[in-house]
Amino acid sequence: MNYPVVKGAAYALVQANSMLLHQGSTQITERLKNEQSEHLKALPEHLRSFEDAVCYPPNQAYIGNITPDQLKEIPHPWYENPIAGASRDGKYGEIMPEDEFFGLMKMVDSFDLVVLEESFQAAVKEKLQSHPILKDIKEITKLDSTAHSADEIQKLVAEHNAQPLYFAGKLVGCVKKAHEFDEALSSEVMLGNLANKASAVLVLKQLLAKTGLNPEQVDYIIECSEEACGDMNQRGGGNFAKAIGEICGCINATGSDTRSFCAGPAHALVEAAALVQSGIYSNVVVLGGGCTAKLGMNSRDHVKKGMPALEDMLGAFAVHIGENDGVNPVIRTDAIGRHKIGSGASPQAVMTAIVTDPLDKIGYKITDIDRYAPELQNPEITEPAGAGNVPMANFKMISALAVKRGDIQKADLMKAVDSFGMPGFAPTQGHIPSGVPFIGHARDMILEGKIERAMIIGKGSLFLGRLTNLFDGVSMIMEKNSGVVATDTGFDQEQLRKMIAEAMREFAKSFRE
Amino acid sequence: MDLENQARIKDLCDKYGNEDLIVVLGGAEPEASGLAAETVATGDPTFAGPLSGVSLGLKAYHIFELKDEIPADVYEEQVGMMEMVLDVDEIVNEVKTYRK
Repeated sequence: MNYPVVKGAAYALVQANSMLLHQGSTQITERLKNEQSEHLKALPEHLRSFEDAVCYPPNQAYIGNITPDQLKEIPHPWYENPIAGASRDGKYGEIMPEDEFFGLMKMVDSFDLVVLEESFQAAVKEKLQSHPILKDIKEITKLDSTAHSADEIQKLVAEHNAQPLYFAGKLVGCVKKAHEFDEALSSEVMLGNLANKASAVLVLKQLLAKTGLNPEQVDYIIECSEEACGDMNQRGGGNFAKAIGEICGCINATGSDTRSFCAGPAHALVEAAALVQSGIYSNVVVLGGGCTAKLGMNSRDHVKKGMPALEDMLGAFAVHIGENDGVNPVIRTDAIGRHKIGSGASPQAVMTAIVTDPLDKIGYKITDIDRYAPELQNPEITEPAGAGNVPMANFKMISALAVKRGDIQKADLMKAVDSFGMPGFAPTQGHIPSGVPFIGHARDMILEGKIERAMIIGKGSLFLGRLTNLFDGVSMIMEKNSGVVATDTGFDQEQLRKMIAEAMREFAKSFRE
Repeated sequence: MDLENQARIKDLCDKYGNEDLIVVLGGAEPEASGLAAETVATGDPTFAGPLSGVSLGLKAYHIFELKDEIPADVYEEQVGMMEMVLDVDEIVNEVKTYRK
């Protein structure tokens, strides 16, 4: 059988302090309740510089400049142990400052909703014109004209409900609403969707640049963030995937959006693997851009504890799934884990369905997987907010299951965690931490012969949508390529063997009767 | 504590009173479990939800404290793995604080 392979992965981060203050849902709620709140007054003092965000060790792990194992060696708090001389450019992508990102938002905006102030626009145009991979996007010409004066922007914000965009303390632009009355096209929704689209464009451009994939070779794009694009009559109509592919020159691709809260990317990867293995498409890209609403989500706790507001990063990722090339790690499509509707909601039932059921299918033990990548939230963000160390909790659960199954001794529970775990290094952007940040590292580690296989796990909290209390989770195993590429002769030897065996059993039975 | 849950607990308390009503928690962290216990006892300390300034006086127990009340096989199936993973003593101590 020819399994599909992971041909490449790219990752991008955008530092977004202005959007944290003005469009993060925690701050929006706070402002509605009390515009003069202590939190809103204190928060600006806790924002960090772009340089600090670049040197922050988990961000360097996310874009591939250090491995999760190297991150593990850096003492906490990571924000007090920056990596000196760290670069915004990474092995898998980049970290972008907010001014350039506002320029990119305007470039990808098809309906002239993003308005930038004249001198600011000229400055970001210059920066983006020298950006190694964004300069060739033809929509860069949007930065040549239609700039507005500061007064015009002020008026749009004050009188027309436009969302303000600040940089270095100055109002430098805004995002207008796309409809007079439609809530699904409000300025707040449009800003979130455009930021999502722009960050996904950034990461897809990175994927194309880093892996040499020709945009014209992309057959299908699956977008799997948690935003909804539509209007009042079809609020989640879509289609982010095609909107993103259009900007990146994927002229031969179509695409669609897949949703399942934080488990979305894992579902999308399985769908991509299936589309490739079936032969329907040869090259599928799974991607997701960042979420503005989640910026500064736990900032109340970070401010209270005297920490920097670490949730200032929009996250984005893109993964290329292609046909078996005999080299890249395969996706074991015969061992996909899934939390079924009838699986039950206890943590044990969930982990059994996602982790051990698929292992049982192919005769593996828990310890046969070298690395598990469940929800990889950076614990430095979640612990101060009382949500604990999420990846560590997952590793312990997997280890406890191994004890219950007799794969390891109880005394070795933490030893197993240490062996197959890793520190969380992803921003708390919902779908972003859900297993996928490790795909790039896992691919490299497998290609370098450091590990044989890894399990990527996505889990989602469906109750947040108030339609069901069901949980969700999907997993897939990435494994070293055997190097054998089966040629499709239309002749299935295994099937034939089964048919002959069946015929002989029937024949033997007829003798007994 | 989740704002929606705060509203639901408040409604239940309004309907049934607080004498024969307890809250069973399943939190994985001592701090978050303690916060939930405090919220249903003396009110939402974060002043974010419907229980801000509302003292229901409800007693909260973590599921770990109710082990003896539950058939052993059910407990093992539903909670056994997490009992192995979480810091049971710390969570229970934190939750107990708010019943005093």
